Amino acid sequence: MIGLTHYLTVGAILFTIGVLGIFLNRRNVILMLMAIELILLAVNVNLVAFSAYLGDLTGQVLAMFVLTVAAAEAAIGLAILVIFFRRRGSIAVDDVNRMRG
Amino acid sequence: MISILAFWLFAVLTTLSALCVIFSRNPVHSVLWLILSFFNAAGLMLLVGAEFIAMLLVIVYVGAVAVLFLFVVMMLDIDFASLRRGFTSNLPFGIIIALVLLGEVIVADNAWKAGPTLSGRAIPASPIPNIVALGQLLYSRYLFAFELAGLILLVAMIGAIVLTHRSRGDTRTPKVRRQLRRRPEDALQLADPGVGEGMQL
Repeated sequence: MIGLTHYLTVGAILFTIGVLGIFLNRRNVILMLMAIELILLAVNVNLVAFSAYLGDLTGQVLAMFVLTVAAAEAAIGLAILVIFFRRRGSIAVDDVNRMRG
Repeated sequence: MISILAFWLFAVLTTLSALCVIFSRNPVHSVLWLILSFFNAAGLMLLVGAEFIAMLLVIVYVGAVAVLFLFVVMMLDIDFASLRRGFTSNLPFGIIIALVLLGEVIVADNAWKAGPTLSGRAIPASPIPNIVALGQLLYSRYLFAFELAGLILLVAMIGAIVLTHRSRGDTRTPKVRRQLRRRPEDALQLADPGVGEGMQL
């Protein structure tokens, strides 16, 4: 019998893979953005699972907003990536010191 | 029975393709694995009756976000081999962190039932379709948040355009004001040369 726990475990595994992806691909911004998408997907899986389990649609509404923010974040992130690549000719995160941060 | 089978299929495929996303050598392959992962996650959501979110996942993530990633990966001439330096040195530490995190999250997932009132119950069959219910909720109770989401998308769109737009020096665009300011008197000269005389230009 498939229960809530199964879904939560899938969400947990996805989340962990996303965090691991950020850790492993420390230099590649594109892969970091993809890992963030995976993390947001894990959040969505959890929200939808709880929404179905509790019979409350609020979770699905929230999942939609997470989706919106994920799309906006990807668009802005990739735009920043493109202009950074134009200026520096590389997307290595280590080289990002333009603002002396 | 079939739903149990489908759950395991979707769950295993989602997880495996997510692993392939972060371990794949070629970023184009990463994006394609990401697409597979999203499709399977959409299947997972279909199984619990969240049809609208599942379709939204396919349309928004696969149709827009993943294609955007694909565009950027293919458009930029990036030396990805050099970006993978440090991958193996980060691997042991990263995996330790990941395992700790996974353990914590799974413990949290299993422990939430210990909370005050919630207990296991089956998913109730809804009398109205998922999309209808979601639409009624979105356009009534969450109308403000819904409009705000639209605003966020608008800001993101304008931001992306403003960030990536550049005026190139080598293109010639019409100068509209100058064109409109031009009058016949400035541009046109009527001459009446005599016979045998040349035109003076």
